[in-house]
This record gives sequence, C-alpha cells and structure tokens, in this order.
Amino acid sequence: MTVLSRSTTAAPASRAAVTRRRRRGPGAPRVVLYTLLTVGAVVSIFPLYWLFVMASNTTSDIYKSPPVFVPGPWLFDNIGQVFDKIDFGGALLNTVIVSCSVTVLVLFFDSLAAFTFAKFDFPLRKTLFTIVLVTFMLPMQLSIIPQFITMTNLGWVGHLQALIVPAAANAFGIFWLRQYILSSVPDELMDAAMIDGAGFFRQWWTVCIPLIRPGLGFLGIFTFIGSWNDYLWPLIVLNDPNHLTLQVAMAQLNTTFANNYSMVMAGALLSVLPLLVVFLIGARQFIGDIAKGAIK
Amino acid sequence: MYLAVAPFFILFIVFGLYPTLYSLVLSFQDWNGLGDPTWVGLQNFQKLFADPTFYLSIRNTFVIFALSTFPMLVIAIVIAAMLNSAVRYSTAFRIAYFIPNITSVVAMAVLFGSIFGQNFGLANTLLHAVGLPAVPWLSTPFGIQVTVSLLITYQWTGYNAIIFLAGMQSIGGEVYEAAKIDGAGAFRSFFSITLPLLRPTVIFVLVVSTITGLQSFTEAQVLTTTAGSTNSGGAGQGGLTMVLYFYQQAFGFNRFGYGAAIAWGVFLIVVVFTIISWRFTAGRKEEARS
Repeated sequence: MTVLSRSTTAAPASRAAVTRRRRRGPGAPRVVLYTLLTVGAVVSIFPLYWLFVMASNTTSDIYKSPPVFVPGPWLFDNIGQVFDKIDFGGALLNTVIVSCSVTVLVLFFDSLAAFTFAKFDFPLRKTLFTIVLVTFMLPMQLSIIPQFITMTNLGWVGHLQALIVPAAANAFGIFWLRQYILSSVPDELMDAAMIDGAGFFRQWWTVCIPLIRPGLGFLGIFTFIGSWNDYLWPLIVLNDPNHLTLQVAMAQLNTTFANNYSMVMAGALLSVLPLLVVFLIGARQFIGDIAKGAIK
Repeated sequence: MYLAVAPFFILFIVFGLYPTLYSLVLSFQDWNGLGDPTWVGLQNFQKLFADPTFYLSIRNTFVIFALSTFPMLVIAIVIAAMLNSAVRYSTAFRIAYFIPNITSVVAMAVLFGSIFGQNFGLANTLLHAVGLPAVPWLSTPFGIQVTVSLLITYQWTGYNAIIFLAGMQSIGGEVYEAAKIDGAGAFRSFFSITLPLLRPTVIFVLVVSTITGLQSFTEAQVLTTTAGSTNSGGAGQGGLTMVLYFYQQAFGFNRFGYGAAIAWGVFLIVVVFTIISWRFTAGRKEEARS
C-alpha cells in the first residue's frame, strides 16, 4: 500500500516541490512527506475498512487464526439478521426523524434570532446576547436530572419530542450565524427592502436567508451530525427498548448479542453509513467552515 | 423582534436555566424520583468529599485525558504542518483525516471493543504475529484507560489537525521569507515562527479538549458495558469517568440528589482546569513578549 502510493505521488510531488521550494525553502523531502501523510490517512480510514471486513464475514471467519483481512460475501446476510433481531428499521427511522426535525428547527429559530441580534437594535439586546454566550458554558450534566424530571412530568419520556424540543434552538448556532450575517448581509440591501415595504419577516426571508445559505449549510450539517450521534440524552430519556434511536439501539445490540460479532458490526456499519454520505456531500465546504469558526 | 429571539430564550429558560437552578436545589436533597424529596443540607457534598469512588473517577478521567490529549495535540500539529506544506491532494487528505470525527462514538467504541478484544482481537493478533505477548486491553483498569484514550485520539486528532492547519494558513508568508533570508531552515522556522504564532489556535484547541475530555462518557460507557456489567467502568472500574459515575448514580441507582451533587463537583473541576489550561497556554505569551 505505501510502496504503491509512494511511486504514484512522487512524480507530481517533485513538480510541486520546485514551486514550493522557491517560497518556503527546503522542506522535508516530498517523498517522506507524502508517505507519512498517506500512512496517516490509511490509519484514519482503516477502522472503517475493518468494520466493513467484519460486517461482511461470518463470526467464525473473524475468530479464525489468522483472521480474514478482506471483505466476504455475508454482508447482506448479516444486515438481514440485524433487522430480524432488533427493530433496526424503527431506530433508523426515529433517528432520521429526530435529526431532520432538530436540524430544520435549529436553522429556523437560530437564523431568526441571529438576524435580529445582528441587524436590529432593541432594548436589552446586549444583555440578551450575553445570556446566549453564557449558555455556551453550561454543561449538559448540570441540567440533565431536572430535565428528565420535566420530561416525566410532561409525559414525554420515551417519546421523540423529548429529543427534539430541547434541541430546537441553540446558543452556538445563534452566535455563529450572527457573525456570518454581520459579514455577509449589507445594510444597504436591508434598507432597500424596507423602502419597498418589506416587514421584518419578509426581510429575513428574502434578504437574509439567500445571502447566508452557505452558513446555513454548515450549521445544518453540524447540527445533523451532532443530533445523529447523540447518545447520553437519548439513553436516559428513551426507556422503551422497542422505541430507540440508532445510537442507543447500537449500544444495546452490542451488549445483547456480544457473541454474534459479524451481525453487531453490520449494525455499526449501517449506523455510520448514512452520516458518511451526508458528510461527503458537503465535506470540502464543511471542513473549511469548521476551521474558519475556530480561528476567528 | 422579541418574537424572533423568543424561541431560544423560552427553550433556554425551560431546558437550561430552570433545570440548572433546580439541580442546585436537588444537590441539597435526597430523592429517588418517587415520593417526596427530603432536605439533607450539605450531606450530599460531605458524602462526595469522602467518596473514594468519586476520587477514583477523577483519577481515571485525568489519566484518560492525559493519555489522549497530549499525543493527540502533538500528532495533530505534525499532521497540520505536513498538510500545510503539501500542495497536491490536500482536499482528499483533509477529508480522510476528518472522517474519524464524524463517525459515531458508539459505532467506533463497538468496533474498538472488538479490535482490542483479548483473544481474537485484531490488536492482539497483530502483536502475536510479530512475536509480542497479548495485551489485556479491556480486562485491566490501565488497559481500559489506554483503549479509551486510543479511541478518543482516533476520533479527534484529524479534527484538531484541520483546526491547526487553518491557524497555520493564517500566518502570512512574509514572516517565513524574512526567516529564510536570515538563514532559518524548515525546522527552525517551524519552532520559532509557526509554533509561537499558532498560540491562539493552541489555546482554543487545548481549552476545547479540556472541556470535552474531562466530560468524556460515551467512549468508556460503551467500551466497558457488557451483559454482566453496566455503567461500572469495567475491570477495576478503570473506565469509570466522572460523567459515567454521575450517570451511574443518577440514572443507574436513581440517586437524583447525590447525582446533582456529583454534577456540580464535575462542573467545578472542569471550570478550574479549563482556566488552568487557558492560563498555561496564554501565560507563556506574556513571557514571550517580555
């Protein structure tokens, strides 16, 4: 693997090295650089490959010595077993419902609030925005017991709204979108819209939203991934074993069927794949935005 | 306009502010969730200060934090530096390095549980193949801590590398030009230009790593939960992190009052160490200036 990549990357690397060397002086030799980077990338991807290998073989193949190192033909068998043993389809559907609802609600509420904080002056604006920033700092476990009590009183324990409603707006999104709006929605456009008689919601919808679409894209993917992978809160508030989210169902599958490795791995693979697809669609933009947000 | 910001504040009051205040009240009470709570004053906190398991969970958390954070930061900076000088395939590399971060913790913990299994795990198989003895990864406290740390390192190194890379790219090329004219080589420039100018990014990454690392839960919970042992942290309670102990007490044993006291204890520890790690990195800035 490394030998192969070394020979394929060396040629373009040397060409690039000529231009780089002028700018930055001699770096580490290109071949070493690309080899190390490739090894790192292989380490990053390997667990997913290994997950696929185990999910597509039988448990006894995995337990063999030496074990199999290549994908086998049993993937769909194993997936079929997952769906037989637990309500995997239901868990998948629940996760999709929760993640999509949370994402849409967060985009809606956060963009409205961010738009207001960025573009309008009103009494208590500063105080309210400070409160938004402070809520960043409050850790989940401080509020989690009373939140569970609230859910019990509302009769929401075991229901999906217990996951959706508390997550429907968040401080991070408001803060992030506000920065985005400040830098990408010019006041002149807002004034022009106002002269045309657009009210608050019209301005938000026709002026602000189209201009901040890339920002919404980032926040959307970020929220979706977070919601999809959430574990602690669903573990607490969903108590019906037949009505779970993917992550909780996965953890349960792992403890209940510990000796049926290949099936458990098939479940794990299924729980990762949809997210991987969503991520790969917007990966380039998303990675750029994550980095931008951090160094601001 | 107030209508536009109202949803957030309503949600914040109902699911953020009120529960936080309520948990402060709860921490002075004894309650199992049924019947009436009883007021016990400072008893929960006295118990907490004398609770050897709580101290064990603090110790476990910091061992895992140290084993994962420091290697992770060093590797991430090295990867970022390499990505910063590589021109070809940089998008493909960045995507590859970022992927571990978006795969769910639960699925990866399940996978790591198999890779680091005692008898048929890939890790021990490979060790055996090169003539080394099998390592009891998940059956000793330290083995569990190492495995949990490896999982955290796996999932967060690439993410941090991307952040460091962005920090490095915001450093202007002129500084490097000047250093080159002064005769500085690649390693010299890295240590005397890149690292010092990267400090704000290092502060950000270290603070975020401290906050998330000290509150790690899912990795240890999934890796150490078997049919016979739930939320106890596995062998010798080696995987019992602070937040896992909180979860065990509050939701495993329905000790809502004591759980709330643990949550406040954890919160104070996280705040103190976040400030320390911030001072630690920001403090050096003063030295550099003088």
